[in-house]
Amino acid sequence: MKIIIAGDGKVGLTLTQKLSAAGHDLTLIDSNQRVLDSSVERYDVMGVQGNCASMRVLESADVKKADLLIAATSSDEVNLLCGMTAHGLNPRIHTIARIRNPEYGKQIFTMRDVYSLSLMVNPEKQAAREIERLIRYPGFLQRETFAKSRVEIVELRIQKGSKLCDVALMNLENVVKCKVLVCAVSRGGVVEIPSGHFILREGDHLFITATAEMLTQLLRNLGIITHKAKRVIICGGGRIGYYLSTWLAKEGVSVLLIEQDEARCEELSGKLPPEVCIIHGDASSQFLLESEGIHDCDAVVTMTGMDEMNMIISLYAQTCGVPQVITKVGHMENNSMQDSLGLGSVICPKELCCNTIVRYVRAMQNTTGAALTLHNIAEGQAEALEFVVDADTKHIGEPLRNIRLKRNILIACISHGSKTEIPNGDSMYEAGNSVIIVAKGGMTLLQLNDIFE
Amino acid sequence: MNYKMMGKFLSQILIVEAGFMVPALLISLYTGSRAAVYGFGLSILITAGVGALMYYFCRNSTRRFFAREGMVCVAGSWIAISFFGCLPFVFSREIPNFVDALFEIVSGFTTTGSSILGDVEALSPGIMYWRSFSHWLGGMGVLVFLLALSPNGERGKGYTMHLLRAESPGPNVNKLVPKMRTTARILYVIYMVLTFINFLFLLLGKMPVFDAVCTAFGTAGTGGFGIRNDSIAGYSPYIQNVCTVFMFLFGINFSCYYLLLVRHVKEVLKDQELRLYIIIFVVSILLITFNVRGLYGSWEETIRHAAFQVSSIMTTTGFASTDFDLWPGFSKALLLCLMFVGACAGSTAGGLKMGRLLLILKNLRRNIRRILSPQRVEVVRMNGNRIGEDVLNNTNTYLAAYGVILVGSFLLISIDGLSMTTNVSAVAACFNNIGPGFDVVGPTCNFSVYSWFSKLVLIFDMLAGRLEIFPMLVLFSRSTWRHK
Repeated sequence: MKIIIAGDGKVGLTLTQKLSAAGHDLTLIDSNQRVLDSSVERYDVMGVQGNCASMRVLESADVKKADLLIAATSSDEVNLLCGMTAHGLNPRIHTIARIRNPEYGKQIFTMRDVYSLSLMVNPEKQAAREIERLIRYPGFLQRETFAKSRVEIVELRIQKGSKLCDVALMNLENVVKCKVLVCAVSRGGVVEIPSGHFILREGDHLFITATAEMLTQLLRNLGIITHKAKRVIICGGGRIGYYLSTWLAKEGVSVLLIEQDEARCEELSGKLPPEVCIIHGDASSQFLLESEGIHDCDAVVTMTGMDEMNMIISLYAQTCGVPQVITKVGHMENNSMQDSLGLGSVICPKELCCNTIVRYVRAMQNTTGAALTLHNIAEGQAEALEFVVDADTKHIGEPLRNIRLKRNILIACISHGSKTEIPNGDSMYEAGNSVIIVAKGGMTLLQLNDIFE
Repeated sequence: MNYKMMGKFLSQILIVEAGFMVPALLISLYTGSRAAVYGFGLSILITAGVGALMYYFCRNSTRRFFAREGMVCVAGSWIAISFFGCLPFVFSREIPNFVDALFEIVSGFTTTGSSILGDVEALSPGIMYWRSFSHWLGGMGVLVFLLALSPNGERGKGYTMHLLRAESPGPNVNKLVPKMRTTARILYVIYMVLTFINFLFLLLGKMPVFDAVCTAFGTAGTGGFGIRNDSIAGYSPYIQNVCTVFMFLFGINFSCYYLLLVRHVKEVLKDQELRLYIIIFVVSILLITFNVRGLYGSWEETIRHAAFQVSSIMTTTGFASTDFDLWPGFSKALLLCLMFVGACAGSTAGGLKMGRLLLILKNLRRNIRRILSPQRVEVVRMNGNRIGEDVLNNTNTYLAAYGVILVGSFLLISIDGLSMTTNVSAVAACFNNIGPGFDVVGPTCNFSVYSWFSKLVLIFDMLAGRLEIFPMLVLFSRSTWRHK
């Protein structure tokens, strides 16, 4: 597909990396030649320098032949104008715009129609949604939903002394007493798609597929307490903090928001529900955190503008015995370090937003055969893909134990209409079912038949 | 340095080269020249064998590839194809001396067209074909060919940009379409189609098929190896005119052809580089016609020869329709200047290139204005787009490196004791990939008068000129090889 990415910033660069690896024809537009040069040097893409909302620049990026335009500049208004202009030049084009100003939040659907955008993404809102879900279902590091939210993939770390230590996967069901499937294990930063003989160890990150009701059972059986968070401290009153505190306050959670900038505090206090307690102060100050009661809160979310600061506050919160700590990071470059620090849940808005867009691109590429949805798990080292079984798919109606899959691929879930099944060796799929495949990253699975030997 | 990756590239190039030798082998078989068959057979075996061995050892390479690797890879592969490409000459004993054979093939691949042969017509057809074909292959570039062949599996890697940059001429190399593979294919398709049209036009002029093929190769690559001792002079005026036109066409930036194909005619017409190219072309023809009037029987003949020589020298081809060494001093001086100017960037021609000349002149004008009013701020623009300071800086560096190599080689080959005109024109002709110079290395003479040392210097010049200097300098620079 021919894709134009306007704005070669953090999101633009991550998208370039992901989409060029998927073999699309990419053209980048940015006003900064230096940024473009470095992208062109690293990836097989073309760069056009200029203002992405100008017709001349869009035309020289060959917008008339493009299938998709992704506007991800730092300004919402430019993104809208860019999408609109591109649509004017080529009515066939799909447009995705990044809109992050909360003030546009209410009119988002109207705006989508008025500016004929195909998709609008809001990284901060998405991140806030993700954090909210984590706070509501504690115990998991990450959650991803599939098959219209009926199936979830959750990330779980094996703590010291957990029941799961030294258990072979084939005996898992006897230990946890419910039907779940471990679809990927990350050990020391290396991801493996495990077989039944795989033995779990302390410190492993498990990626588990299960239906929503099974998950609650799993948590209970593992002895991970799931009591709802009642008191949450949010460090940093940026856009994510704004969304998150609004939603949490609506659910009756008592929220304490610490923000460094006084003007921003006042602005927030005007916009947020009155139940939210806004503190003007430095979130990295131990005194402030203690006096605001970090020792008896249920969750701490750190999302100041600086990754380092977030990590350090999170580490401190952990030493204070806060049950749930969530850290926002802007760059995912230092992944392995985060893990060794034991930060708990890490949320990267940029990554979430890119995944949404890549998912859209995949869906656009082909409605039959190609993956419906795509989720990156374990920091992109593995992928979970949802496919629809059609008449051309091989091995329809054969029990899974007889089908030979490629290495490092696993069928994690089969949905028959409204019924969702976590498969075992006797399961089979029919045409019209949707299946979720978990595969180690780097494999290119363009269609379902690619998974068989 | 990622030696394995580079080895893999190199091995692929050698296998491609061995593949290209096969037609020459078939021609030799057909014409029954036993020595040439032996020469090509053995060369193909050696080239393919070395390529296969290297591929075997480097098959599991990583993809870590940066500017440094790109540069070294380009320079290394050009040296490798030259080394293996000269083997048929040596094995068939048609050019028994290794340095001579190397000079000949480097002259071929770099599309220079300087020869060390006194009697070209004595060569067997297979060897003659290989010599001319090397122009065609070298014109667009071997690595670009490899990029066009590269499987779809090589996804999303930007390193190929380093290869294109290092191999295609011009100050500001850009892709035509987002994908490198598609860009390389488009370039080669345009190149092949133009070559074929040229071939058809030559056939229409009743040129023998073999001559037409070799001449088309020589024109397309802007190389200039003749298949007769008097180059093109012995052919009909029609053929000479066809050559003039096609040499001119191959000197135009290939992206102009692409823009024409996608119907962006306006951009082509407004291209400043193309305009300058046409202006210099027409003005030079007029000046030379005026200068050499009276030497030839009719105005038609005068204009034909003037146009042919200007086209040939400016596009750095190096064919000759007449012995321009006999022309008056002004015409010769003008031709010498045209040698340095060259044709458009992104074509198969050598020299400084119009685009670079334009940048240098614009930068010069800006700096003069800045001397007059030091506070003045002005950016250099070309076709309405801003040219970055780093590109200008690069262009100036290029000019400096160009001057140093020019003067250095001139000094080194002067040791042989030939006349100044000879030495200056020899270096200019080789470095700018033209072919014939003046005086002892003039269009009717050849480079065999030089010692082996001077030939090596000129070989370096030809490679440096074709690869735009930097890859060759990088290859011989100490910091390239130092471990980080």
